[in-house]
Amino acid sequence: MIWLTWRQFRAQGIAAAAALAVLAVIFGVTGAHLAHLYDVSGLATCRTNCAGLTNTFVTSMKADAIYPVLFIAGLGILYLTPALIGLFWGAPLVTRELEAGTFRLAWNQSVTRTRWMAVKLALIGLAAIVTTGLLSLLTTWWADPIDRAGGFPVSGGTLTRFSPLLFGARDVAPVGYAAFAFALGVTAGVLVRRLLPAMAITLAVFLAVQVIMPNLVRPHLLPPVTATEAVTVNLSTAIVSHNGTYTVPVTGLPGAWIFSNQTITPSGRVFVLPDIPACASGSQQQCQAWFATQHLRRQISYQPASRYWAFQWYETAIYLALAVVLAGFCVWWVRYRRLA
Amino acid sequence: MTAVIEARGLGKRYRNRWALADCTLHIPAGHIAGLVGPNGAGKTTLLHLVTGLLAPTTGTIEVAGGPPAATKAQLARVGFVAQDAPVYVGLSVADHLRLGAHLNPRWDAQLATQRISKLSLDPHRKAGRLSGGQRAQLALTLAIAKRPQLLILDEPVASLDPLARRDFLRDLTEATGEHQMSVMLSSHLVADLERVCDYLIVLAAGRVQAAGEVTGLLTAYRNRTGTPAGLEDMVLSYMSSNEQLEGSR
Repeated sequence: MIWLTWRQFRAQGIAAAAALAVLAVIFGVTGAHLAHLYDVSGLATCRTNCAGLTNTFVTSMKADAIYPVLFIAGLGILYLTPALIGLFWGAPLVTRELEAGTFRLAWNQSVTRTRWMAVKLALIGLAAIVTTGLLSLLTTWWADPIDRAGGFPVSGGTLTRFSPLLFGARDVAPVGYAAFAFALGVTAGVLVRRLLPAMAITLAVFLAVQVIMPNLVRPHLLPPVTATEAVTVNLSTAIVSHNGTYTVPVTGLPGAWIFSNQTITPSGRVFVLPDIPACASGSQQQCQAWFATQHLRRQISYQPASRYWAFQWYETAIYLALAVVLAGFCVWWVRYRRLA
Repeated sequence: MTAVIEARGLGKRYRNRWALADCTLHIPAGHIAGLVGPNGAGKTTLLHLVTGLLAPTTGTIEVAGGPPAATKAQLARVGFVAQDAPVYVGLSVADHLRLGAHLNPRWDAQLATQRISKLSLDPHRKAGRLSGGQRAQLALTLAIAKRPQLLILDEPVASLDPLARRDFLRDLTEATGEHQMSVMLSSHLVADLERVCDYLIVLAAGRVQAAGEVTGLLTAYRNRTGTPAGLEDMVLSYMSSNEQLEGSR
């Protein structure tokens, strides 16, 4: 059964290995240069007041378009790979046999359907995990200098590895996505029996889960930390929204995943910018002095950076558990519902 | 004599339609049994119940002494060539033999390679590029080389031209004699079965109309009707008597 699984998977496996090799060369070469930029920037040995060095590194990194492009490409590849695995390894696994009628050949060899399904799920699932794991290792290593320098600068802040966009393309989480997408594809195939509808369902469900997870589930994996602290208003960095709420950016929590950041008055209400004569007609010092008299505080809710790995493991475990449940369902369905 | 197929009250319902109902069969080992009936009579359903691809809605079935497809050992006892002889189009002839060798504990590699060379099939050719007759032969080779006690063939010659049809059936008869298998094959053409079968099951509208050794069936039929008749006449008579039965309900 192992031989047959390998023989049927061989072409796809070789294609995946070839793609992986090409990406390894591209990211390997440029990643070495990026690591060199980081080394010469002196950030590695910097302990205090590193903002200047960080700026130097980020500027030199952004000076060469290849790094921003590959940074984004790495994200795209890591999000795309599990979906492709679900579509092209998962969905066809059983439907291809059903559509060609070859399951009648396969299931009348001296191998039970249970074993047939279990071996296929285990081996190709393992291939999905290894492929995605290696890709994640590659891009996480590549982006490590940028992640260590505080994240990738974008308008309105930086993309740290804990931010929803990057989190799913780093370290172990993609492995969970790949296992889940694969099992999902097989399950859809077993249930609807035809390749194209199975692919459509796989894609739709996988996308839905990938949207729901970071937005509705991940923020609650651990209760967020909330903190209220006195804030010094710096007029040049504060952000005023169109309805007058006033946000002072958080600077003391590098790498944290910040959910909310509100400026509140001593009575606990959200501070809304009034008409301030001191600021409208006075000097900047007068305006600053007026703010100082307001005793504004900042209320923030966030996941500390130190929880990054806990979140990675929780999320991976959730996806792996879903994959195992789906795989078990596939084996059961093929064993008892027969599909003839 | 021990029965190779023992079915009691076997039935299969798809949603609200009975494809096969109240089927009781006792087929002794050592026969080449023909399963004949018009299209849609339930032949494939019966054969899928025998191979365990389908589970029955009612009744029980034992094949070569055990419930179909229940265990690895049970699967090894039954060879099956499904309708249109499905094979993996992307795999070569040699790959199919390797598949058989890896998946069957009693695989007869010598027999398989001998058959492939006798049929002058190129081992490196992809199965998708074989003719219909060659594909049927490859599927039959896989089923025979696993050395089953019972070989089941679903419309094995339906897609073949008359020459390939004759060759296939002759080859089947030879192989059966050599390896002491029981065989059950279906066809909607009596002429195909007449050449090779010594046991016959007539199926119409999901029910068994007649079953028994060909000579016995013919004798009984002659005695009943008083006219000497060929196999074809007898089978047609059994099928049409069912139509009358259906009509009078």
